Amino acid sequence: MEKSVIEFHLDSGSGVSPYQQLVRQVRHAMRLGLLREGDRLPTVKEVVAQLAINPNTVLKAYRELEHEKLVAARPGVGTFVTATLTDATLAAHGPLREELRHWLAKARRAGLDEESIEALFMTTFRNTAQEDVA
Amino acid sequence: MTAALQAQDLAKKYGRRWALRDCTLDIPAGRVVGLVGPNGAGKSTLLKLASGQLAPTSGTVTVLGGPPADPAQLSRIGFVAQDTPTYAGLTVADHLRLGARLNPRWDSALARERIDRLGLDPGRKAGRLSGGERAQLALTLGLAKRPELLILDEPVAALDPLARRDFLRGLMEATAEHELSVLLSSHLVSDLERTCDHLIVLTDSRVRLAGEVDELLATHHRLTGPRRDPGRLPADQHVVSARHTDRQSTLIVRTGGPILDPAWSVGRLTMEDLVLAYMEQAAPAPAPVPAARPALAVLR
Repeated sequence: MEKSVIEFHLDSGSGVSPYQQLVRQVRHAMRLGLLREGDRLPTVKEVVAQLAINPNTVLKAYRELEHEKLVAARPGVGTFVTATLTDATLAAHGPLREELRHWLAKARRAGLDEESIEALFMTTFRNTAQEDVA
Repeated sequence: MTAALQAQDLAKKYGRRWALRDCTLDIPAGRVVGLVGPNGAGKSTLLKLASGQLAPTSGTVTVLGGPPADPAQLSRIGFVAQDTPTYAGLTVADHLRLGARLNPRWDSALARERIDRLGLDPGRKAGRLSGGERAQLALTLGLAKRPELLILDEPVAALDPLARRDFLRGLMEATAEHELSVLLSSHLVSDLERTCDHLIVLTDSRVRLAGEVDELLATHHRLTGPRRDPGRLPADQHVVSARHTDRQSTLIVRTGGPILDPAWSVGRLTMEDLVLAYMEQAAPAPAPVPAARPALAVLR
């Protein structure tokens, strides 16, 4: 069997549940173009053997990715990437990064240190996210 | 689907002391269940009740749809006792032979393959194995019995981190391969964080929390903000723990809904935070001075 393209890792201090971490790592690898359509994800057994984690965790992560139509399971063969995440937003990243740099420079000139910037960003981010929910 | 374990008002009393009480659980098959709590909380008692080694004082327990002490059930339940005991004077091969004699569903191919893969010398006496190797031997015996439910009491407590990881990896691989249900106890949450999808917190002989890990983590939040009375939170937010300074309150709440109040900073909990919050809740409050109570009350 060909080798799978990515290897998972777990960060136990992140507060993000292991299955969510696996889902995010797949999405992240897809966004970066590390995982492309047709690539095979590690099998459940491979992930279990590598990370010593619960197989249900891996199954749950793969089911969620399937539900999002990012991967598809082929019984007896493996789970394969069926979509691309890189194209749609990539073009917008450059200009957004530029604006963010500009904003960060402005924040520093106003006297904010790194922690203040992060706190300001996180509270604003959360509040707007909640407004979207409400 | 048959439940792996069901308990209804299960209780066990030793003499005048309750080792376990009011225990009601319903655990579906196919899960890896972590049982966590301080030493003496009743973990071993619950595991022995579930494996038919103890009879309940009151209440009922069923495992895989039947009473665990039933001879037909016993062959479906594997049990690895505390600190994974083996017979020091017997060789690895002797252990496998013993397993084959004693267990009707013994899978000798599985046992040999595991011993091979672990690189254990079949002629070596168990007493001369390292702690990690002995634990792996005990796990091999438990798995080769081909149980549908494998119960392990503190299997890795005495192992170094590497041996512990190897043991849990072996257990998880077997879980993936044979679709077995697992119930394991530990007083170290870090052992359970990666391996369990179901959690039971037991302190002071009572179940404080039980449920699916992802759901428990998604419904508990740490709220930090200006000091306020926890009694004035929305009705759907159940306070698990509350700490206050003059100005600040830090709460751990359980709720199915979103936290909308912008005054709170909302943080996630790790499994360890969650377990500690429920353990602290159960611990007696730090020495409240009783105002008008006779001093002898403490002796009751």
